[in-house]
Amino acid sequence: MMLVDFFILLKQELVITVILFLLLFIKLGKDRTNESLLIIINVLLFLNFVAGFCCCQEGMLFNEMFRTTNLIVLEKNILNLAIWLISLQSYAWLKTHKHLIEFYILLLTTLLGMFFMISSGNLLMFYLGLEMSTIPLAAAANFDLFKRQSSEAAMKLIISSAFSSALLLFGISLLYGTSGTLTFSELTIHLNGAPLQIFSFILLLSGFFFKISAVPFHLWTADVYEGAPVAVTAYLSVVSKAAVLFVFVSVLYTTFKPLANIWYPVLCILSLLTIIVGNLFALRQNNFKRFLAFSSIAQVGFILIGISGSSQEGTASVIYFILIYVFSNLAAFGVVSLVSALTGKENISDFKAFYTTNPLLSWILTIALFSLAGVPPTAGFFGKFFLLIAGAAKGNYILIGVAALNMVISFYYYLRVVKAIFMDDNAEPIAKIKIPAMPKLALYICVAGIVLTGLVSYVYDYIYSLSTGF
Amino acid sequence: MSDVPLSHILFVSTALFFIGMYGLFTRRNLITMLMSIELMLNSVNINFVAFNKYLFPQNLEGIFFTIFIITIAAAEAAIAIAIIINLYRSHQSIDVEDATELKF
Repeated sequence: MMLVDFFILLKQELVITVILFLLLFIKLGKDRTNESLLIIINVLLFLNFVAGFCCCQEGMLFNEMFRTTNLIVLEKNILNLAIWLISLQSYAWLKTHKHLIEFYILLLTTLLGMFFMISSGNLLMFYLGLEMSTIPLAAAANFDLFKRQSSEAAMKLIISSAFSSALLLFGISLLYGTSGTLTFSELTIHLNGAPLQIFSFILLLSGFFFKISAVPFHLWTADVYEGAPVAVTAYLSVVSKAAVLFVFVSVLYTTFKPLANIWYPVLCILSLLTIIVGNLFALRQNNFKRFLAFSSIAQVGFILIGISGSSQEGTASVIYFILIYVFSNLAAFGVVSLVSALTGKENISDFKAFYTTNPLLSWILTIALFSLAGVPPTAGFFGKFFLLIAGAAKGNYILIGVAALNMVISFYYYLRVVKAIFMDDNAEPIAKIKIPAMPKLALYICVAGIVLTGLVSYVYDYIYSLSTGF
Repeated sequence: MSDVPLSHILFVSTALFFIGMYGLFTRRNLITMLMSIELMLNSVNINFVAFNKYLFPQNLEGIFFTIFIITIAAAEAAIAIAIIINLYRSHQSIDVEDATELKF
């Protein structure tokens, strides 16, 4: 293989690595103001996002340990876009922060880990990527060093993620014992449904479910989301969840295809549980971050329904929905992070009569919530519609029916927030917020994404053409 | 060479795994919880080495995996201890029962 091919196949990882080194050198060099640093970093992240689109090539490296396809390149581009948007949005919070560069180093390291995880063709590579993407996140969750809640959240995150990776590892070790290989493609041949293999597969699945916070492995989610700084929460709920879901779909559909009759009922039951529990707990939240945490748990339930469809539509609808979820969740988090950074308020009751002082932010938040709830013509409606259609292909209409009914419950709590913003009275609403240029750009991109991804049919067709079947 | 059958080694490693899990669920001191997690990871190491030696001695995948697990467990412990120290600074305790601000 030529050296050029090597660089082209690894280009997205290499770009991130170069940015990491640049940040280290900037840190060592002369002191710069946060403002100039933020401009440099955001430009770098934008270039990183753009660079993802050129010179795509499919292939394998390192004896099948690393593989890349056009679909994987697209998934990495979605993650690149998400991290750029998060970086733009956290401008107001980072502008005065002392440890700005460390924050970006932690986040980009996790992103690098996710890239390797998505591209992994081997259980060892997968495990390394997974750990590389969770350990620095725990440090990032503790980024507000002097807040009691922040350290509590980081403690919960590191203990539960270490426990989940221990479960995952035990599963991998038994799988190795029964099959004698760690490579995904060879593993498929050796899967015969022996009891030990099923046990190890269940352990592996629970490791996955921990990371995507499906019920009953969701207990850490809300606490960590509430305690961590808003930028980290947005990152956890969008980027890290999306990365694991990408791997989950491809691993289930290709490597564990012989065990489909085992994971199908597991996915059905857990998806319903996830949607119902996520919805019921979201009803009674007052903290905005906690509210979004439970709403994101419910969204994962819908994604699991799409995965259970096990078809090309399944893959395509999951990736399409995640793209929409990136836009809508980041729009909501963008508004919350602005308000939290400038006023310190994070409760839904603080948002009463928000419209009287901040009409623009109110509209953006409303559009984002409508998209999360799935109101047409926002993209969220089309995303959920495709997920349910993909799930319905199996003919399990009770599952689809209950999921659709749960969308009604979710309307209640999303609209409760909208009502608080537009209709409730408040003696002292949040003061008028002057939106800095960078967060404004990020919010406009998110709104454009929410509106256009649903209406421009090319997006779904493109994802569908790249997706692999079952 | 190997008089000990594989099943005995697997019994030890499985017992170790569940002892670790039991410790994680019952202990309230964060350092002890961290030790329990290390116990679980080490049982996985035993599994890998045993499987590699007894069943697939022709290649070394299992041994390599063990080396990576040890390295990552060290990294995990480093971050976890840093977090615990910070928790001690803010809460004056490393008991999980005292860190109860985030609930429901």
